[in-house]
Amino acid sequence: MNWKRATIATGLLLPVIGLLAFGLTRDPKSIDSPLPGKPAPDFALSVFAPGEGKLALAVGDTVKLASHNGGIVVLNFWASWCLQCRDEHQDLSNTARAYFDRGVRFYGLLYNDQEAFGLKWIQEMGGQAYPSLLDPRTRTAIDYGLYGVPETFLVTGDGRVAYKHIGPISEQLLSQKLDSLIRAGAGAP
Amino acid sequence: MIRSTLAALLLATAIQAPLPAQNESARPSPVQSDSALEAMTTVLASELRCPVCQGNSIQDSPSELAQQMRDVIREQLRAGKTPDEVRAYFVDKYGEWILLAPKATGLNLIVYIVPFAAIALGGIIVWRTVRKWTTASTAGTDKVHSS
Repeated sequence: MNWKRATIATGLLLPVIGLLAFGLTRDPKSIDSPLPGKPAPDFALSVFAPGEGKLALAVGDTVKLASHNGGIVVLNFWASWCLQCRDEHQDLSNTARAYFDRGVRFYGLLYNDQEAFGLKWIQEMGGQAYPSLLDPRTRTAIDYGLYGVPETFLVTGDGRVAYKHIGPISEQLLSQKLDSLIRAGAGAP
Repeated sequence: MIRSTLAALLLATAIQAPLPAQNESARPSPVQSDSALEAMTTVLASELRCPVCQGNSIQDSPSELAQQMRDVIREQLRAGKTPDEVRAYFVDKYGEWILLAPKATGLNLIVYIVPFAAIALGGIIVWRTVRKWTTASTAGTDKVHSS
């Protein structure tokens, strides 16, 4: 056996195998967003689903992100055709109710969907605690660098994106993130 | 079929017909600027990765999001943004991942250098192997001739 040749071949192949092995450990769908830490893109979108109780807003009202200065805002992009959105729906509503008095405001943003389908979906799911907004031509979704739904963004009181979550978010994780932001004074009015 | 082709040809001719002279001096031909805008939109859309596809550009993707992203490109170009500014907008939102061809800086250089290095290395191996074979066969022929 030619040891010199074998050593050279191994030396050339090992980095390639290492690179491929590294690739296998990564989820191709998990892409780091450049948004956390940056100013959250502003929007002015109209309410199509009012929400419930004290969290409710009138249908047709315009919600501007810039008008929330001082409070934490949770933005959840969803669609009626999105199966994973069903998994997080109740968790989002529960957390929205639990944190309302602490100044946290939740908004759903309908992604690539029709208002009627969105309303029907909310009805089927037994309601939605917080208001949902229409995003015509998906401009806000593109501004937020959306890959798909569901995606959830936490925006601090000074208007920066603090956290982005891809996929269904749990009540536990969301509460943990919100507590951490509130402790850090990110939502101080 | 023939009628629809003729209609399309007539329409194309009508669209491409030059504007009256008095309008030309006032503003650039909208048709010209529109075709340039479309061409630039196509170029930029071909450079950007579709976020909801597997390795497709937003130009090639039939998805709704890709179509809306093409509209954003068109709108930004129409609003007077340069192609670099449009690229920067998408990189700002999606990161460099959105560029189908990564920038030739830092670690990205590996992507550009490795293929050429591999070709060069392969060339050296082939050249050395062929030289060894030809030397061996020449030596063998010499041996046969000398015996």
